[in-house]
Amino acid sequence: MGTITRKFANNFLSGGTFAAAAINNSSLTNITDVPTAVKGKLTLISTQTASASASISFTTGIDSTYDEYIFKFINMHPSASDARLTFNLSTDGGSSYNVTKTTTSFYCTHQENAGYAELAYTTGSDLAQSTAYQRITSGLSNDNDSATSATLHLFAPSSTTYVKNFMLVSNYFNVDSPAGSYNFYIAGYGNTTSAVNAIDFKFDSGNIDDGIIKMYGVSKT
Amino acid sequence: MGTITRTIGNSFTTSGVIKSSAIDNTTLSNVSALPAAIPTGFMVLLSTQTASASASISFTTGIDSTYKEYMFIWNNCQPSVDFATLGFQASTDGGSSYGVTATTSFFKANNREDNSFTSLGYDGGQDLAQSTNDVQLSLSIGSLGSRSSSGVLNIFEPSSTTFVKHFTAVSSDRENRDRLTNCYSAGYFNTTSALNSFIFRCNLSANITGTIQMFGIK
Repeated sequence: MGTITRKFANNFLSGGTFAAAAINNSSLTNITDVPTAVKGKLTLISTQTASASASISFTTGIDSTYDEYIFKFINMHPSASDARLTFNLSTDGGSSYNVTKTTTSFYCTHQENAGYAELAYTTGSDLAQSTAYQRITSGLSNDNDSATSATLHLFAPSSTTYVKNFMLVSNYFNVDSPAGSYNFYIAGYGNTTSAVNAIDFKFDSGNIDDGIIKMYGVSKT
Repeated sequence: MGTITRTIGNSFTTSGVIKSSAIDNTTLSNVSALPAAIPTGFMVLLSTQTASASASISFTTGIDSTYKEYMFIWNNCQPSVDFATLGFQASTDGGSSYGVTATTSFFKANNREDNSFTSLGYDGGQDLAQSTNDVQLSLSIGSLGSRSSSGVLNIFEPSSTTFVKHFTAVSSDRENRDRLTNCYSAGYFNTTSALNSFIFRCNLSANITGTIQMFGIK
């Protein structure tokens, strides 16, 4: 038996299966995908970075592939003081953002000087069968170190049977003086049985100076 | 043709393709990394620490600009002293010191197991206003039997040198009075220095038994 044949045989166990030594990291360099069964169950679909942007829209990738989408907002910084980060939904791929929504909104706040602390419902940020943009925050400070980070869950947007439930939590410091921590909670539904296939985010005044929004899909299986 | 050569032949189809029976988990035991192109998970478990009557649990490595969000899950953390509260603090010097100025809010919902008491409200005893004290994550955890606290803490972009560091947390605690407390803590570390370590510990000089995991969110 020649040298190459002997070395080849050394990569197999006596039962004929490959030995561990036969496969290492380099053996896998041509692999670009793996079976769905072994993939992670949280998939990053899209990342968008704002730079003096009027808005950030996700117009692709929202379909029946996933029954839950998670949006992560990383340090969204407004150009204008007292600007509110908002969002709306679309059923026509982003041509228009005007889905009717009913929502609840409450916040928990505490000022840096401990002068004020409160847990309260805020009627100024909820919606009742309205097509207006839903607030993700109240008025933010646009100080250099001010931004909001948040998480939004959107459930089964492609359903043509049910309304589109969502819930969100954000934290930021507000425009008031002295500043304080605002912990903002939103929940509600897009009151439509049409599939939602796009979502738009923007401040209600000025631009998104800085920030990242990531869209994830949560695997159905 | 020898025996091994013949059995090697059994690992291939008649077309020369490797059969599934030729490769098993052991075959891959030398693989320590996958090519970057392979879509793996986007929630990466960076560290798991299990405490057994420990004074604290610290995460001093792996917190950097690799991830924009870190998530900590504490699971069944039980203090050694009744009424102890689990909290955390941050460090900008790799864990040499913990005490970054924070402003936080805190609200909670309660329900007793006998349904004799329910509540929802702000808790001014647990919040911080520009303080370097520990940020409270839970409340009055029982120290005996099945009593414990579990919860999730999300911290956004701790490595930022531009913005303050926001976080949100939620816990479910079984108190020593057999009462459920559902705590919501949120706020920010008021610094533009990068945070690179976190410590979890109880007040009342209580030790911790339980597990805390740190994940990076890609």
